[in-house]
Amino acid sequence: MEQRSHIYGVMAEFDTPEKLIHATERARAEGYRRMDAYTPFPVEGLSEAMGLKRNMVPLITLIGGLFGGLSAFFFQWWANVLSYPEDIGGRPLNSWPAFIPVTFELTVLGAALSCVFGMLALNHLPQPHHPVFNVKRFVHASADRFYLCVEARDPKFHLADTARFLQGLHARHVSEVPDD
Amino acid sequence: MSAGQPPIDSPQISRLTPVLGPGHTFRSVTDKISSIVLTRPISYGWFVGFAITFGFTAMMTIAIAWLFTKGVGIWGIDIPVGWGFAIVNFVWWIGIGHAGTLISAILYLLNQKWRTSINRFAEAMTLFAVACAGIFPLIHTGRPWMAFYLFPYPATMGLWPQFRSPLIWDVFAVSTYGTVSLIFWFVGLIPDLATLRDRATTKAKQIIYGMLAMGWRGSVRHWHRYQSAYLLLAGLATPLVVSVHTVVSFDFAIAIVPGWHTTIFPPYFVAGAIYSGFAMVLSIAIPLRKAYGLEDYITMRHLDNMAKVMLATGEIVAYGYFFEFFMSQYSGDKFDMYLFRMLFHGPYAHFYYALILCNVLLPQLLWSYKIRHNVPILFLMSLVINIGMWLERFVIVVISLTRDFTPSAWGRYQATFWDWATLLGTIGFFIMLVFLFVRVLPAISITEMRELVAETSEAAAD
Repeated sequence: MEQRSHIYGVMAEFDTPEKLIHATERARAEGYRRMDAYTPFPVEGLSEAMGLKRNMVPLITLIGGLFGGLSAFFFQWWANVLSYPEDIGGRPLNSWPAFIPVTFELTVLGAALSCVFGMLALNHLPQPHHPVFNVKRFVHASADRFYLCVEARDPKFHLADTARFLQGLHARHVSEVPDD
Repeated sequence: MSAGQPPIDSPQISRLTPVLGPGHTFRSVTDKISSIVLTRPISYGWFVGFAITFGFTAMMTIAIAWLFTKGVGIWGIDIPVGWGFAIVNFVWWIGIGHAGTLISAILYLLNQKWRTSINRFAEAMTLFAVACAGIFPLIHTGRPWMAFYLFPYPATMGLWPQFRSPLIWDVFAVSTYGTVSLIFWFVGLIPDLATLRDRATTKAKQIIYGMLAMGWRGSVRHWHRYQSAYLLLAGLATPLVVSVHTVVSFDFAIAIVPGWHTTIFPPYFVAGAIYSGFAMVLSIAIPLRKAYGLEDYITMRHLDNMAKVMLATGEIVAYGYFFEFFMSQYSGDKFDMYLFRMLFHGPYAHFYYALILCNVLLPQLLWSYKIRHNVPILFLMSLVINIGMWLERFVIVVISLTRDFTPSAWGRYQATFWDWATLLGTIGFFIMLVFLFVRVLPAISITEMRELVAETSEAAAD
């Protein structure tokens, strides 16, 4: 146990996205759950291999858009009908069609801002440091290499066995990820 | 296909022309695009170009400083033309921005692979164009330090903006457009910033790109949410871009001035915006691919497709001109009919003829395959269309305002040196920002190029 607390996990490096998907599927079949894959671009089929389902970003975007639109409409209504009513040629104060352009714009603004900030928050970004950056070879994760990291908090994790297992999946390179 | 010449104008040629040159790998696209930013030394040409555009930017700053000192009287504006160059340039610049959003959002939703190598700098162009556009209404307010009056804020006077006015809609449309374009662009940049961080050659670059990348590590869980967010942003930006120029056209169409009060304005403004925007993308893409050797990424197919989009939107604009004319005659409204006599025979008729030449007649050459594949001519064509679209806005603003209902209200408008200095200054400012952009950020999305490599290698394996 003493040794484990200094290890974040074991990381395998692959040449191609296909090998990474294959390795991810094998690792899941083997029973590993606490793991993550790192790729230089979104690899099709990898989320499915990892067992990821839906995410919360669309819901957050919807809520942000509804909030933006409703608050825009009611603010305009309040400002031009209650707070500062102006009679222009006897036209109705609540001339709602004239409020639609601003309502639309703020719907989009609310949705877009909550979409981006929601995505970043769910991803825990900005995050100044993460243990995977301790691996020297990980700089290639933003260029042309594909990584699978099985984390030490996985109940099935065993340093030597997991490393051997990953080695058997045609990994180019397997390295320990120190956690400090 | 045999060794013989393929038939000209066959659609096969374009479809078979790849969107990416052959033989590229994940590493080669990463190396090539990031090297422009990280390792390539500043070239003599870049330095000269930057110095010239910086000079124009200085001219813009002087023109604005003089404006703040003396007031808007240094411009040619007067009654009846109270807007003049400020609104002409505003509409022109904001329209140019639209192509960037169209390429990045609409073509993304339509799954057009060829957008990949042009979307990044087209989006940057959008931001710079919106920045140039935003200058004009602010400096035109007369007291620009009071510009915050445009926004609703809890004032001690208890006043609120008049939300029934298209000018207030414009404030919200343009500021939303600028904000959403910025975050859309930034979200697309995050993975590329991580690439630059990991390949940085100096400590300073590593720290700056590292802070901007926010610790992006390409986790599959992150990509999963990132892709949802990117798709949603594209879906949100699509109606937004249509709404922005629609609202800009409302500035005119809601007024009762002859030539402005027409329902064709919103669609025809949006088409015109895309038209001028694609012209500007070509004006930037053609020198850029030449200077940095990006012919493998921005291929003939891209130029061809952009020329076709220009042709299509140009036809919509021509249709708009024709129906503006037709409706004015068909309506029997004597003011509208008189306005059209002024377009053809009035004091500004030469502007109208130049506009028809630039926007309607010359672009018909783009029907020809040979013209679309002749890069220098295509470049000239894009400049012609940019000028034509500026003339269009000039004609709309000036001719209508100088010939409204009563002859006693008629007038003339003559731009002054300071009007021109501000317009040319913003053009210089815009190009200067492009120069800076290609040096500090990847002008082509590295991430999306890798996706393209993955797809083309899969297709080749099939």
